[in-house]
Amino acid sequence: MKGSFFTRLGYLTVALAYGFLLGPIVIVIVVSFSADPYIAFPPSGFSLHWYGELWRREEFHAAALTSLRIAAIVTVLSLAIGLPAALAITRGRGRWRDLCYALLTAPQLAPAVVLGLMLLLFFAPAKLVATFPGMVIAHVVVTLPFVIRIMTTAFATIAVDCEDAAATLGASPRTVFLRVTLPLAAPGLFAAAAIAFIVSFDETVVTIFLSGPRFTTLPVEIFRYVTNKTDPLVAALSSLLLLATLALVAGIEKSIGVAKAASAR
Amino acid sequence: MISRRRWLLALAAPAALFVGLAFVAPLLNLGRLSFQDSLPGGALLETYSTASYRELLGDAFYLELTGNSILLSIQASLLALVVSYPIALFLYRTTSRWRSLLLVAAVSPFFVSGVVRVFGWLVILGDNGFINSALLSLGLIAKPLSLIFNWTGVVIGLAEGLAPFVILALISGFGRLDRNIEDAAATLGANKLQAFLRVTLPLSLPGVLLGLIIGMVISMSAYISPRVLGGGRVFVLATEIYGQTFELNNWPLAAALSIYMLVMLVLLTLAYRRLAERLE
Repeated sequence: MKGSFFTRLGYLTVALAYGFLLGPIVIVIVVSFSADPYIAFPPSGFSLHWYGELWRREEFHAAALTSLRIAAIVTVLSLAIGLPAALAITRGRGRWRDLCYALLTAPQLAPAVVLGLMLLLFFAPAKLVATFPGMVIAHVVVTLPFVIRIMTTAFATIAVDCEDAAATLGASPRTVFLRVTLPLAAPGLFAAAAIAFIVSFDETVVTIFLSGPRFTTLPVEIFRYVTNKTDPLVAALSSLLLLATLALVAGIEKSIGVAKAASAR
Repeated sequence: MISRRRWLLALAAPAALFVGLAFVAPLLNLGRLSFQDSLPGGALLETYSTASYRELLGDAFYLELTGNSILLSIQASLLALVVSYPIALFLYRTTSRWRSLLLVAAVSPFFVSGVVRVFGWLVILGDNGFINSALLSLGLIAKPLSLIFNWTGVVIGLAEGLAPFVILALISGFGRLDRNIEDAAATLGANKLQAFLRVTLPLSLPGVLLGLIIGMVISMSAYISPRVLGGGRVFVLATEIYGQTFELNNWPLAAALSIYMLVMLVLLTLAYRRLAERLE
């Protein structure tokens, strides 16, 4: 059967579809090594010129640092409030549980422009626009639903029997949580943290609404750069971001699998 | 000893309080603002007014924007389906040891920043880009095709971003496929194409519908692709909300547009959940 016309046609279709999905990502990497002063494909020559240029552009360094700091704090905060809530949702019953889950995942329903606008209008009187705390709050609104979805699934797959057995053997609820529940949920925990970090670091639209001339993040800087001009500088920057993302994605695949993590949207 | 219920309540309280303060309150505030009036400069008037909603529902321009948003999201979702279907079917069936790597590749656009992907499309679809260079050097076209800064570019860019979600929706829909039925079709004399068109495709339609709706929800919400790949020439609800907020300073109208968009998306999402529950 293998090698029949339809089989080969099928594989060709699959290959083309993958080309469509991965094309932009691969092309960005190729163009980042371009020697041209403008975007052209194929490049007329290859060099590390744009990586050197990136090294000299200090506005990107500052924005990258801001993005990293925001993402780190957002990850910690969204896990700190999301983890207990997810545990309560998995162990709870009835209407309250459904209501709580709906409430905590509700921000995902709002388009980013709507979320950005509502936070801008709400933060403006409190002078939180274009500030670090304001941005952290906004990003936790975005990342929390991911943490809740991933962790409720992670906690739900742990057999309650294990917890009950530990409790029967005399472990206190605290010990049960720390010695049984948490270790069993560790892969989910890692995935939730990685997704929260990636989502916060990449967040662009809500961030545009809440950033100002003196307070921007890396994706917002890239967005502004791309809407004004296109040269291979952004390609070099994007390639570095891709490299960093790849490391986290590999970790997610090892823990709970990327399919499960992406389903949290 | 505190009761189990109180204990659970205490665990959920910080997150619930946070979402209440940082999402529900701003949402209510948005609703309140949509019923206010503003002066041309942007100053808000503390009066109750339905002016924004009257403008929104009375002006043909907003009807056109709504049409654009819906049409764009349908086209992007259909293109995403065309790309996703072969990948999903392949991933569902394959026993290759590369399967997990190929699955990562299939959902990778989800993990890649939207600005990076959009930039990639600029390089592929631009006048000096990959496709135009290839077609020009092959002599198939005389001058570059306009693939970017227009409707086509936005559809293509959106479709790529949707594909991971559509692929996952399709794979979950394929759970209903039974290989034996296809084998039965083959035994009864159907060739592979016939078996696919008469057996596989019809059985996978619920998953296709699921993928279509999730694709519509996500692409209607999108801002980066319409803005950058549309080059300021493609107008949808999301770009209009941005424009009313930052360029025209009409916050009540931006708020009314947001509420209008939220209602549409909530209805679509409810349809999605109803369908997904039925499939399980």
